[in-house]
Amino acid sequence: MRRLRSIGAFWYDFVVGDDWRVAVVVVAALALTAVLVHAAGVNAWWLLPVCVFAALAWSLRRATRT
Amino acid sequence: MTALPLILTVFVACAVEAIEALTIVLAAGLTREWRSTFQGMAVALVVLAAIVAALGPTITLLPLTALRLVVGALLAIFGLQWLRKAILRATGYKSLHDEASAYLREVAAAKAAAASSRGRVHDWYAFTLSFKGVLLEGLEVVFIVITFGANQRNVGAAVIGAAAAVVVVAVTGVLVRAPLAKVPENAMKFVVGIMLTSFGIFWGAEGAGVSWPGQDAALLVVVPVVALVSLGYTVLLRRPRAVQPTSAPTSEEVTSS
Repeated sequence: MRRLRSIGAFWYDFVVGDDWRVAVVVVAALALTAVLVHAAGVNAWWLLPVCVFAALAWSLRRATRT
Repeated sequence: MTALPLILTVFVACAVEAIEALTIVLAAGLTREWRSTFQGMAVALVVLAAIVAALGPTITLLPLTALRLVVGALLAIFGLQWLRKAILRATGYKSLHDEASAYLREVAAAKAAAASSRGRVHDWYAFTLSFKGVLLEGLEVVFIVITFGANQRNVGAAVIGAAAAVVVVAVTGVLVRAPLAKVPENAMKFVVGIMLTSFGIFWGAEGAGVSWPGQDAALLVVVPVVALVSLGYTVLLRRPRAVQPTSAPTSEEVTSS
């Protein structure tokens, strides 16, 4: 159990890293893009870059203010 | 995308990780013994090669759209981690990764550890230190090789980039016989972060169903835009530090390497 937990912690740290919010924003932005493209017919190519830049700014702001 | 940008991106990313692995291998080899160190390194390389051999062909069987969505998301998240760290280091909010001091720490620990042998391994400490160092640093390389290679349906080219980086760093390390402290690691991480994030945005959006204006040529815009925004954040974060040079370190600075 302990080993399983440490393996899980390693992979979480490996993929998600220091700020889980960044991962959440990226996944949410991709989901929203897919909805806009497939359900609303909007070619939302701009959405993911905007969300990525916003997520990075937010994460940096949090890291430098603590 | 041709094979050259793929090979170059994997080469730079792999070189950064190989430099960190080299520091650990040198510490183990020079302070303990080379035979066990090489055994540990060889076993780690075999494990890494097995992961690539197993996952590479499997992942390329996935439909391209699904593959790009998943790989794009992972690359964007992974790339943003690298960019975030590189920007925090460049602006002084996080201490720079120093191979010389990392080497000294490993040497001190290696000297203090007791010697014990297991099976054909004469020095178990040197073996495990070398094995862990190469495996952990190599996993990031494997991730990049598989995601980039699978997406381009060219895992072979990605492997060439990774192998070339390992050979260049290893040969340099053997010649210098010291950690490669003068390599601009943070700048390299910054560049790799930009590439991973850019490809993550491009492939992720494509996987979500987007049609990029200009098709593949859009990458030629996405990469510079990501670079400019990242440089902009670096400049913005530097200004207040110049005014307040004595501000307290963050918890991250204290706890992470």
